[in-house]
Amino acid sequence: MSQNPNTGGAGGGSGEDRRREGEEAPLSGPAGAGDYAGEDRAAPAGGGTVSGKVEELLAAGVAPSEITNRVAKETGESKQVVGDIVETMIPAAGSAADPRLMAREHGLSGYWNEFMRRVKGGELGSLPMIVALAVIWIVFYTLNSTFLSAQNLSNLSQQIVGTGMIALGVVFVLLLGEIDLSVGSVSGLAAAVFAVESVNNGVNEYVALILALVTGIGTGFIQGFFFARIGVPAFVVTLAGFLFWNGLMLNILGATGTVNLPPTSIVSRLYNTIYGQQIAAYGAAAIGVVLYAAVAVYGRARRMRAKVPAPPIGEIAARVILLAIAAFVVAYVFNQYKGLPLAPLIFLIFIVVGDFILRRTVYGRRIFAVGGSIEAARRAGISVPFIRLTVFSICGLMAAVGGLFLAGQIESASQTSGGGNLLVNAIAAAVIGGTSLFGGRGKTWSALLGALVIGSIQSGMNIQGLSNSIQYMVTGAVLLAAVVIDSVARRTQKASGRV
Amino acid sequence: MFDPSSQPVLELRGVSKRFGAVQALTNVDLDVHASEVVALVGDNGAGKSTLVKTISGVNQADEGEIVWQGDAVSIKGPHDAQKLGIATVYQDLALADNLDVVGNLFLGNEIRSAGILDEIAMEGRSRELLLTLSIRIPSVRIPVASLSGGQRQTVAIARSLIGEPRVVLLDEPTAALGVEQTAQVLDLVERLRDRGLGVILISHNMEDVMAVADTVAVLRLGRNNGVFERRRTNQEEIISAITGATDNAVTRRAARHAEGQQ
Repeated sequence: MSQNPNTGGAGGGSGEDRRREGEEAPLSGPAGAGDYAGEDRAAPAGGGTVSGKVEELLAAGVAPSEITNRVAKETGESKQVVGDIVETMIPAAGSAADPRLMAREHGLSGYWNEFMRRVKGGELGSLPMIVALAVIWIVFYTLNSTFLSAQNLSNLSQQIVGTGMIALGVVFVLLLGEIDLSVGSVSGLAAAVFAVESVNNGVNEYVALILALVTGIGTGFIQGFFFARIGVPAFVVTLAGFLFWNGLMLNILGATGTVNLPPTSIVSRLYNTIYGQQIAAYGAAAIGVVLYAAVAVYGRARRMRAKVPAPPIGEIAARVILLAIAAFVVAYVFNQYKGLPLAPLIFLIFIVVGDFILRRTVYGRRIFAVGGSIEAARRAGISVPFIRLTVFSICGLMAAVGGLFLAGQIESASQTSGGGNLLVNAIAAAVIGGTSLFGGRGKTWSALLGALVIGSIQSGMNIQGLSNSIQYMVTGAVLLAAVVIDSVARRTQKASGRV
Repeated sequence: MFDPSSQPVLELRGVSKRFGAVQALTNVDLDVHASEVVALVGDNGAGKSTLVKTISGVNQADEGEIVWQGDAVSIKGPHDAQKLGIATVYQDLALADNLDVVGNLFLGNEIRSAGILDEIAMEGRSRELLLTLSIRIPSVRIPVASLSGGQRQTVAIARSLIGEPRVVLLDEPTAALGVEQTAQVLDLVERLRDRGLGVILISHNMEDVMAVADTVAVLRLGRNNGVFERRRTNQEEIISAITGATDNAVTRRAARHAEGQQ
């Protein structure tokens, strides 16, 4: 509807019509120009003078309805005709809005309709897994009410941190559409480096901690180098890394194979610390809510000043209230047991910082661009190898962080560190949380959601006294379900024109 | 309307390019003025793409010079061309489907304040740009994947304008577009001209060329085969220049005759 009839595209009019439109140059705007071209043929000069007057008044800032009335009176044209002309000449208010676009209606029903449209269009995001988490919790609660006790939930919040941190790094790699199979081994290696350096070699704890983190970055950097610069597929590079770093860990641990960490070591304290004062949990919740509200209100004010569409204040209020309810419920549950645990708080901070990097920095924007279209990124002057190298380094760093938390959890580094199904769980957590395996779509929050789902299954199964065999099968089924949802959503999105 | 007597923004003088045994371009001249749409036409293998790549810095010419606003320049890479003010829209648009329109427009040229993406400034400028070009898309905040072919093309062209170029190269912008989308893109080409940009339009479609071009430059087998003013020519003349129908026994005899006299 928006093409200019002058160029004679799909205008569809007869030759005569087109000539008329050509003469009425000021009217050659969007939709409907052809409709009244025929009508005012009886009064040849009509169109020109009407549009001229309308233009004048519009420039003077007169309201459209007022213009219609005045011009109709002055020229003797019918109001209908003038009204049409006015409509086509009003500059698309504030935007290049398209009449075909479905706009959100006002009020609550508008939000509901848009939500339903998104669901139908396959833009499910994290919704299926939030529902799944609720189902998992209800099922385990009905089997044994201790599952939803404050103690178990508080413990759960600590247990998911190790896997969740690793999953956070995996989210970055998945955003590129790649995979890192070495994260489990790297986490074990970092734990071993810390334990051996701080306990056996007597290195300062903090130095050992930094050494462990640098080890993580280094492994990611080496793998990233082979992938980005040499061009070896990430799958193979990280599969090699999976073996190599595991071997290196065994080598570092030496003959004894297990290094116990004292309960006073920094890693143990990071995992075990719980702030007992009531005010700690509620204060943290309040700070989070206030920060969120401040950022939202400030952003809205800036948008209003810049005259770009801003979310209505009601929407912001609703979001803040929902967040406040969630935050204070969590704080209440923590306070029912021992208080605010430090580990999940650190995990949350990492997620928020990661989210900020991905959505608000140039670097994050470029990660998404590389994940969406390598060719587009390259043409835009983005160094694709640099992005790949750094993303794999970030993943290595997060694997090391996760490994340290896991070491703090069991207060030791052993030959089994980073083994078992840790790798699978970390990747599953990222995917279950809603980060696409196909690249270009995902959030750091999916690490939290995925880790919660997997952690809940493990915790519930343990309470039921079920063996690992069933645990593995259920986790596998949930992972498959998540990937199926991702694939189906992707297909639906393609059909409805979303990526 | 452009002024033919003014200094061209971009001039090519005797550009030649050889790929191994193939002489892709021989002594090609081309002038582009501000507010001029130059259609570059020619059969497959005539050297259109090679010429465009030479201008946009993907290839370097073996001989000849490129004159930019009166100064001879050397374009060693795409970055040099962009810095001069030459923007290229390739046939495969190379948009990131998962990013929204704003993200794509500013990809690689993000506006930032204190190291952070300034989404509001970018959104404001996107709207302004799209509005001045009368580009109508549903929203600047939807992923590019949900746009139609014509809308994607207009976004790709708008994207090339972010760096405030003086010359825009459009490689087959209307190929694979429907009737209405083609009209949209041609409108956009006219608006680029009205903004004072020089436009080089590569097209196979004679109707598109006749609709928007001011000047039609014909390449044949890597050589200039005539530059026509659109108002004083017709489709047949151009097509005969493209196909070489003008190059027959009579014309060759006339050319020999002229040489003999000199």
